[in-house]
Amino acid sequence: MIHDKYNKEVTGAEALILALLDAGAKDVFGYPGGAIMPIYDALYDYSDKLKHYLVRHEQGAIHAAQGYSRVSDKVGVVFATSGPGATNLITGIADAQIDSNPVVCITGQVASHLIGTDAFQETDVIGISMPVTKWNIQVTKAEDIAPAIAKAFYIATSGRPGPVLVDITKDAQFGKTIYNYKKCEGIRSYIPYPKVNIESVKQAADLINKAKKPFILCGHGVLLSESQKQLLELAEKGNIPVASTLLGLSAFPAQHPLYVGFLGMHGNYGPNILTNECDVLIAIGMRFDDRVTGKVSTYATQAKIIHFDIDPAEINKIIHADVAVIGDAKESLDLLLPLIESTNGKERKEWLKRFEECHQIEFEKVIKTAVNPTTPSIKMSEVIDKFHKLSEGKAIVATDVGQHQMITTRYYQFHDTNTNVTSGGLGTMGFGLPAAIGAKISRPDKQVVVVVGDGGFQMTIQELGTIMDYNIPVKILLLNNNFLGMVRQWQQLFFEKRYSFTELKNPDFVAIAKAYGINGKKITERKDLNGALKEMLDSKESYLLEVLVETEENVFPMIATGASVSEIILE
Amino acid sequence: METTYTISVFTEDIVGLLNRITIIFTRRNINIESMIASESEVKGIYRYTIVITVLPERIEKIVKLIEKQVDVMKAFYHVNDEIISTEIALYKISAEAIKQNELFIKTINKHHARIIRVSFDYIVVQKAGGAKGIMDLFNDLEQFGMLEFSRSGRVAVTKPMKTLSTYLKEIEISNSN
Ligand SMILES: Cc1ncc(C[n+]2csc(CCOP(=O)(O)OP(=O)(O)O)c2C)c(N)n1
Repeated sequence: MIHDKYNKEVTGAEALILALLDAGAKDVFGYPGGAIMPIYDALYDYSDKLKHYLVRHEQGAIHAAQGYSRVSDKVGVVFATSGPGATNLITGIADAQIDSNPVVCITGQVASHLIGTDAFQETDVIGISMPVTKWNIQVTKAEDIAPAIAKAFYIATSGRPGPVLVDITKDAQFGKTIYNYKKCEGIRSYIPYPKVNIESVKQAADLINKAKKPFILCGHGVLLSESQKQLLELAEKGNIPVASTLLGLSAFPAQHPLYVGFLGMHGNYGPNILTNECDVLIAIGMRFDDRVTGKVSTYATQAKIIHFDIDPAEINKIIHADVAVIGDAKESLDLLLPLIESTNGKERKEWLKRFEECHQIEFEKVIKTAVNPTTPSIKMSEVIDKFHKLSEGKAIVATDVGQHQMITTRYYQFHDTNTNVTSGGLGTMGFGLPAAIGAKISRPDKQVVVVVGDGGFQMTIQELGTIMDYNIPVKILLLNNNFLGMVRQWQQLFFEKRYSFTELKNPDFVAIAKAYGINGKKITERKDLNGALKEMLDSKESYLLEVLVETEENVFPMIATGASVSEIILE
Repeated sequence: METTYTISVFTEDIVGLLNRITIIFTRRNINIESMIASESEVKGIYRYTIVITVLPERIEKIVKLIEKQVDVMKAFYHVNDEIISTEIALYKISAEAIKQNELFIKTINKHHARIIRVSFDYIVVQKAGGAKGIMDLFNDLEQFGMLEFSRSGRVAVTKPMKTLSTYLKEIEISNSN
């Protein structure tokens, strides 16, 4: 049936499935409904080629697609019906947009003659999704489906990636067309890979070679452009310290001697404070988010700034660049590397020592007791430290949003690339569990663990059903403080401990997991921690480990909102 | 100091694109003073002419965001000195104005406006020019009984000589590398 697919008359719905296969899709996350039924009907005949995962809520589908795309170079694909199905995707689409995830969403739409009539389950998903998609289109004719899919994949994956949405009316799905697929290789109005200006590369090299205290900030763009090797070479050649943004984590091996830590509000002490001491700041594929810069007017004002980014709109958006290198990071770094003078690890030793000193301070004041506490109750940080050690930093770690997220990104030392799956720009609670499901499907060879809080877990807890249904061996490490911990921390620090609606009355999580056929355990004592973590990691199937942690623990260091990076507080 | 900029956006002819562009302004709480869409000198390519008043440090960022849209070819911004622009306005005046015929005609002539329709109960006056001239005429005509007033947005061409087709070629070249 499939081998002779071209030049054959098919329905629009079948054309969609064929086009997805031609675009290279292997997996889809979705949820059916009236306006997308012809597509689901066509899928019925192709379910061996295009594996569909029925999630339990459309938000689960989009986050799973995000997780799927984050850990490999595959594109996440989502199906949802019109109206509520489509609007349930919006949070995840916004998340994918701000975190540059390549995701293709297919939504069913009411028949074209009903559009604009307030028909049953009609909603203007094109209008609603416009501010949060890289591109979207409504298709009303069967013959336009395959070209729209080709274009959608091209736009989602090229340049700075992002989510796209293709809204297909029901009559287009039912309509007949002769199937043909032509890969999209360019759009005349769209320049995904701006040509790198060699002059700016030379200026950057010149600044770097002359620098006494250069400092590299590694962002998500390094992962997206697959320039990990180039970054490593740049750091080693110039003996330059490297720090990472939240989404850049795992691009540079955390065990490397030149790796100095994690930037931003709850990042490490050295990289934050020394941002305001370096003489040349080399920002690669990052966008100076306010969680990284703190107070912009005092951010690295002493330094020359070199900004590598593929998106011209990021240049000078927040921080003025003295040298801007616009283009794909890999291409730019390939041009830069031959111009960098080799230091043979001899130069800039004093400067690197500053990071070591700062690390010592942070170690004494924060890390030592965080990973080896003497408090009666278990701390999140010791859980993550032990989890890190047991998994040798090699697991794919998805996190939800909150204190446990910051603790995980602080204490899990990512060894392998593309293993950090977290909601950065949007900070979407409920992201973790479905994203981990997608990550595991994308990388079945990897141990995938999601670290969640008791609040966020309950935002997409229904996806335990997806895990059960498809036997997806995702491990769930639930750090339960019976609080919306991160908000409680802010209430403690900035709202005089007025704990307004942040305490949670929680269910028996292990019992819930068991109801879904997922094995689990709850521990409350330190002595059981290591064994329980081991049991979770060793499990061949999905497993929930709930750890009761200290209720009122705070994440430190911290840069308070509006404070400068140099005003980071340790306790 | 806030400055008035004329933004010219060259786009594919696509439903909804105008919306994608306007939300860039609305999201940033920027008022669009006028906006006009028409086909450009290149067939199939549309031109939006948008007028906004913002601080100089914002304009470049906004224009880059417009250009970032997949279906936008190119966007430019210019200050008033760099463009030749005009607007058109129609004034519908009560026919009573005939009673003060001499003063009425004098006013029209003074403003280089012209009468384009005379009817039993109204007269329609047309004027092309800058925003100030248009409003000056409005003020002078009010005494005759203003029934209706309508202004087009600004249409503009730029003084720099680079043509749209040169830019299109540049885009083609950079995409083929
Ligand atoms: C959808 C959504 N709603 C609200 C918030 C605001 N918020 C940020 S962190 C947080 C608390 C999270 O609590 P929990 O999941 O228990 O994790 P913890 O901070 O305790 O580790 C809240 C409510 C959010 N980020 N996302």
